[in-house]
Amino acid sequence: MATYDIEADGLRGLNAALQQLAGTTPNEPWEVVNPRGSHAIAVGLDAPLDVTIKGSTGYYCAGMNKQATIRVAGSVGPGVAENMMSGTVIVEGDASQYAGATGHGGLLVIKGNASSRCGISMKGIDIVVHGNIGHMSAFMAQAGNLVVCGDAGEALGDSLYEARLFVRGSVKSLGADCVEKEMRPEHLELLADLLERGGCDARPEEFRRYGSARKLYHFNIDNAY
Amino acid sequence: MCGIVGLFLKDPTLEPRMGELLTGMLVTMTDRGPDSAGVAIYGAGRDGEAKLTVQSDAPEEVFPTLAETLSARLGSPVRLSRNDTHAVLHLRAGQVPEARAALREVANLRIMSDGDRIEIYKEVGLPRDVAARFDLPAMAGTHGIGHTRMATESAVTTEGAHPFSTGADQCLVHNGSLANHNALRRKLRRDGVRIESENDTEVGAAYITWKMQQGASLGEALESALEDLDGFFTFVVGTKDGFGVVRDPIACKPAVMAETDRYVAFGSEYRALVNLPGIDSARVWEPEPATVYFWSH
Repeated sequence: MATYDIEADGLRGLNAALQQLAGTTPNEPWEVVNPRGSHAIAVGLDAPLDVTIKGSTGYYCAGMNKQATIRVAGSVGPGVAENMMSGTVIVEGDASQYAGATGHGGLLVIKGNASSRCGISMKGIDIVVHGNIGHMSAFMAQAGNLVVCGDAGEALGDSLYEARLFVRGSVKSLGADCVEKEMRPEHLELLADLLERGGCDARPEEFRRYGSARKLYHFNIDNAY
Repeated sequence: MCGIVGLFLKDPTLEPRMGELLTGMLVTMTDRGPDSAGVAIYGAGRDGEAKLTVQSDAPEEVFPTLAETLSARLGSPVRLSRNDTHAVLHLRAGQVPEARAALREVANLRIMSDGDRIEIYKEVGLPRDVAARFDLPAMAGTHGIGHTRMATESAVTTEGAHPFSTGADQCLVHNGSLANHNALRRKLRRDGVRIESENDTEVGAAYITWKMQQGASLGEALESALEDLDGFFTFVVGTKDGFGVVRDPIACKPAVMAETDRYVAFGSEYRALVNLPGIDSARVWEPEPATVYFWSH
């Protein structure tokens, strides 16, 4: 186990050391101590690394991740796993705004709550939230899956494209062009897999599925001002 | 951008450390606002006495005679305690309106705040330097709020720095930008509200003052701010007994709260809170959008 102390040795040194392993297959897990809310911890990784951050982080933790498994034993600030390509990011606590924004792939698991704009513009990432999500989540979400075991805030899935949204609890309101859709067997199967990978013991049958009504795909003169 | 910090103490044994803890939080938020910094500290008040905090760009000229001049006008003793470009005038309670009128005639002088307990200190410069020039770490108090500014809507000046006074023992700090401040400033001025600068937050502060003059409580004024102010804001307001937090419905501007048995703390980021005692076991959460929160003694 390699241990890195951010307070003692600085953030740049950590990211440089982790990024240097790009293209390798490291065996040794990393433990990062004293994050103290720092920004941009463990960003731009491109190797099947196992990184555990012992404490809470600031903005953009685990951004642009490829391949690595990054665990945060704490809460994260805005933009966790932003633009993730692949790999896994697990947050033990809560996540602030725009968790998983624009993510292309990989799995983001938030064991607490996520606040507003969770999964905004997601492009293929899978996001599993054990708690609740805030307003404007999955705004313009293009592809991937957002699973919410708790409740969703206002304007869920506004201007949604083809991402699939699964919510177990209540939805305060749906955004423009987002509608509830039938849960078919293939969705239950997909959801069961996501719940298992996200470490949730919820049953797929308890969820509702939401998706795009596809009415905003093409320009419609009646929508213009 | 901008940084906000706030600390409300439940445990009186922490009161002597108020300035030290708040300064640490403030300096951590330098990245969010290196232009200017300011704090409102709620220290001990004395019965029968009011405090006016004033600021001058020419303190050497203005302050030496100020207490005497004011005392003559008010017909009662006035004590001045100077702190760099600021000074606190200790007056007999009830004489604040008369003192304010008299001070308006003094050149090179600005009134920062008035009240039984509040003192506001703010200047242009790095938060670390602003804290040092006022010796903020030495200040004691029950609660305080601070702001680091990255100017977007008006010039980098002392008047543009936060906190802004919104009434006796009340103040406001802001992270965000108000879109309708010009129209609202014109409306408030027509109604006789004094607004000194072109700053958007001053309009927000004046709006809250104006609402309360019409009979609204601070909570009601903040609720109506959610209707009438267009733009982005996370506001922290200081009151005689505590502080309040409100974020606009979109809630882009960050906010983190922490609570233990000993304090309630606010930071624009979690980083600002990491040196507080017992933070590792504190309850940490993000305040909800369009929701007014208050803590008071």
